Amino acid sequence: MERLQSTSVQLEHALLSLDQEAAIQIVREAQGNNSPDIIAGELISSTLMRIGDSWELGNLSLSQVYMSGIICEKVIDKILPPQSPIRKSQPKMAIAVLEDFHLLGKRIIYSTLRASGFELVDLGGGLSIERLIDIVKAEDIKILLLSVLMLSSALRVKELKTQLHNSDVTIVVGGAPFRFDEQLWKEVNADYYGKDSSEALQIVQKIMGDRL
Amino acid sequence: MKHAEMTPMERVLTTLSHKEPDRVPLFLMLTMHGAKELGLSIKEYFSKAENVAEGQKRLQKKYTSDCYYPFFYAPIEVEAFGAEVIYSEDGPPNSGLPVINNISDIKKLEAPRVENTKVLHKVLKSIEILKAESKGNLPIIGVAMSPFSLPVMQLGFEKYLELMHYHLDLFEHLMKINMAFCIDWANAQLAAGATAICYFDPVSSTTIVPKELYYKTGFQVAKQTIAKINGPTATHFASGNCLTLSGLLLQTGTAVVGVSAQENISELKQAFKNKLSVLGNLNGIEMRRWTKEEATNIVKGVIEKAASGGGFILADNHGEIPFQVKDETLLAIKEAVKKYGTYPIQKVQA
Repeated sequence: MERLQSTSVQLEHALLSLDQEAAIQIVREAQGNNSPDIIAGELISSTLMRIGDSWELGNLSLSQVYMSGIICEKVIDKILPPQSPIRKSQPKMAIAVLEDFHLLGKRIIYSTLRASGFELVDLGGGLSIERLIDIVKAEDIKILLLSVLMLSSALRVKELKTQLHNSDVTIVVGGAPFRFDEQLWKEVNADYYGKDSSEALQIVQKIMGDRL
Repeated sequence: MKHAEMTPMERVLTTLSHKEPDRVPLFLMLTMHGAKELGLSIKEYFSKAENVAEGQKRLQKKYTSDCYYPFFYAPIEVEAFGAEVIYSEDGPPNSGLPVINNISDIKKLEAPRVENTKVLHKVLKSIEILKAESKGNLPIIGVAMSPFSLPVMQLGFEKYLELMHYHLDLFEHLMKINMAFCIDWANAQLAAGATAICYFDPVSSTTIVPKELYYKTGFQVAKQTIAKINGPTATHFASGNCLTLSGLLLQTGTAVVGVSAQENISELKQAFKNKLSVLGNLNGIEMRRWTKEEATNIVKGVIEKAASGGGFILADNHGEIPFQVKDETLLAIKEAVKKYGTYPIQKVQA
């Protein structure tokens, strides 16, 4: 465990230096003593969580969180391909941007979760509530992660939740309006709110654990 | 000693010279509320210069804001580049899918000329109408997106970060195009009668890019761009953090900095004291559910922390107050500024 922690520090340094080759090398060496699910679920997820926490504290910027997630996603796809049975893909999980095309937050969470060994469906952006409900039902989505930038989109989550009230879909929200008003996620009846990629990962781990 | 009542222009110019005016200037940066005043949909409201000018006149009268703010919507500049704008019934118009699909398309991109771009003319016309109305007594704030922040709407954020990190030649090329457009656009607004330009630059905030990257990119762009804008500028980070950029911001030549509710207003004021004026930092998202009492107490608290010595304008922290914020809340803000914002600032126990 101690060894993995020190590897995680090295990996963090490589990610923040945007050194993809170094990140690949660090993960390759760690593979000698650890299975792919340990690499994804412990080494990479703990590293990305720390990076997410540092953004929350104002010590890192969003571009660093994003680039770190993208690099980790590429690294982990080499050892844990999308179809790998080791990937945690059940219950079915999806991520979307409601109504507009502010896609960065969604991409960060998507990368963080995939790099941590989860598999989820990227539904894209610009989705109306009606369209989203159709997809959720047709695809049998059980965990729906919603990233929003606009206040008007955040307020629509309430309507979405109302329309899904007879289903067992868990809604997790995140994005600027929820960060600037920490009571908003309760007001719109979301099930969970993750203020950053680190919290989103912890919430998904919890929901997955509870549902198993 | 109490000051004689000043005009909004005198009040603002006094605070910008880091002296205390008669009271704290208030910039209620209301855009969509004008549609409500006129009983129009947001789309209809922004379709005509006359609507926006009339909306601004009514809002200024109602809330005694110390400026006119004829800002239409953020994607108007990418609309000039050919992008689609998506309207909402209860939120600001948004940009649709990016106008630049592939990074390599940047090579072929050309900046629109303001004089040939009809969609921008309605903004200029609304400024002209307000200029005639203000008779020089009310500042008119024009808006230009920073050349460094505009690509988020031109390319999408992900592609832009990729460009910034891995395609430096094309990044530089895009900055040149955007700088030419930004300078042209800002100066056209000043020529139409704007008093100052709000230079929106959220990507430069430390929330989005690290300070080291800002120094190599957004800072250099801001220095070169602001130097060619023929009037004062306020750099606004649209809720992003900027405290650690204080030294660099001073070198960009800007006069005012729009700050976030997520940074400490006392520390911000101290960092910029007597160098740059601080604009902010009411939380517009929370404002939607403030009671009158909360609005009063929050305004009072910000004034107590940041207003002494001038160099301060009370405003929201995003540069656009959400459509959902109630009139009663805005009226409570106006009253609180009158009550607690008169210089010299009295620190009274609540």
